[in-house]
Amino acid sequence: MGDTLLMIGTRKGLWLARSNGDRARWEVDGPHLPGEEITATAIDTRRSTPRLLMGGFGWHWGPFLVRSDDLGGTWNDPEQRPVVFPEDTGEALHTVWQIVPDTSERDGVVWAGSEPSALWRSEDHGASFELVRGLWDNPDRPHWEPGGGGKALHTILPHPTDDHRMNVAMSTGGVYRTQDGGETWAPSNHGIAVDYMPEPPPPYGYCVHRVARDAGDPTHLMMQHHGGVYRSDDDGAYWSDVGAQLPADFGFPVVAHPHRSGTAYVFPVTYESRTPPQGRCAIYRTEDAGASWQECAKGLPEEPYHAGVLRDAMCTDDHDTAGVYVGTRDGHVFASSDEGEHWTTVARHLPDVLSVRAAAIS
Amino acid sequence: MDVHVRFHGALAQRADGPNRIEVALEDRATLPDLLDVVAERLPRVGRSIRDETGTVRPHVHLFVDGEPARGEAALARPLHPGAEVLVLPAVSGG
Repeated sequence: MGDTLLMIGTRKGLWLARSNGDRARWEVDGPHLPGEEITATAIDTRRSTPRLLMGGFGWHWGPFLVRSDDLGGTWNDPEQRPVVFPEDTGEALHTVWQIVPDTSERDGVVWAGSEPSALWRSEDHGASFELVRGLWDNPDRPHWEPGGGGKALHTILPHPTDDHRMNVAMSTGGVYRTQDGGETWAPSNHGIAVDYMPEPPPPYGYCVHRVARDAGDPTHLMMQHHGGVYRSDDDGAYWSDVGAQLPADFGFPVVAHPHRSGTAYVFPVTYESRTPPQGRCAIYRTEDAGASWQECAKGLPEEPYHAGVLRDAMCTDDHDTAGVYVGTRDGHVFASSDEGEHWTTVARHLPDVLSVRAAAIS
Repeated sequence: MDVHVRFHGALAQRADGPNRIEVALEDRATLPDLLDVVAERLPRVGRSIRDETGTVRPHVHLFVDGEPARGEAALARPLHPGAEVLVLPAVSGG
């Protein structure tokens, strides 16, 4: 087993953690871009040396999307902005909230989600992006409103084999699907219960916090909604509530196991305070697509814990025995090298964690 | 006419640019004209000062000869030969 690299994007810069095969001991290096808010991280493993990408913004000098081709040794901030709203939109980029390298079969394709809510496509490994007009021109767009984190497109789920299909999600707005390669998009939020819109609710306006695609069946999705954990078995056409067994069905991240169908992870927090129920720091795992959930807390802090986890601050790596990673709002980063059974602490006392990504590197 | 432009050290560092430059402009050129030249000559500096709509970022302050230059009237006012333009970060952040 090779080394593992973990990107930790925080409200005050990026840290990199690296471990050898055991994923139990970590060397942490940083901050990179100190003081900048790192809202999105990505590791593009399709290249012989993985490319690291990160997006974010500085309070004074605005947004950026930078990349490194030497595993964080140096960062390339290109002279021409990679993500620029076309003049006719009258909009300006606030930040990039999501960066998703596509499959190996779509070499060079990288997707980005931004605030204000928009989807972007790159065909040159993230050097430059083009606005996906089909979604930007969707007639629902004037009705999309900002959630607590801003009006952002934060979830991008390319279909692994069908170029015509893709799901995205935004807060608020909800899930939107295309089945024609991005030309047209339709809201896809049927079955989600909401108490913040009148009955019957409109097709848009859902505060979807995150959606994850199943590793085994691409039509199976898991969603962490503003309230409720949901599952879809038909590519998002209909959603069923599967959060009843959790100690709280509110939360922000949901992450699918990279190889095993039906396995996913959430970090429940209460609706009232957005902190762990009863002050217990715990990840919950399902191995049957939400029919049942198991607490995964061995090695996590046992004392009362009152920090939540944001939507992009949980991830897995791509090892055969998957690693799972969680960054908290009080600057802890926890790692499990055995799919959530046991946890170790990678870092503590960092700024609040916004985004984590991990991958095997040679 | 020539105009002197000084950038705050944090901006110069962030944009990998110089601390000051001299810019030759047409007579009666304005601050937006100056910032167009800056953006062309130093793209990273330019985009740090203004977004893609041409709006000066909300936490960037411009000064001409020590006087704050914010608002439409200040931006439309012609610069004079030898003007000293300062680009500073606002007292903000968290």
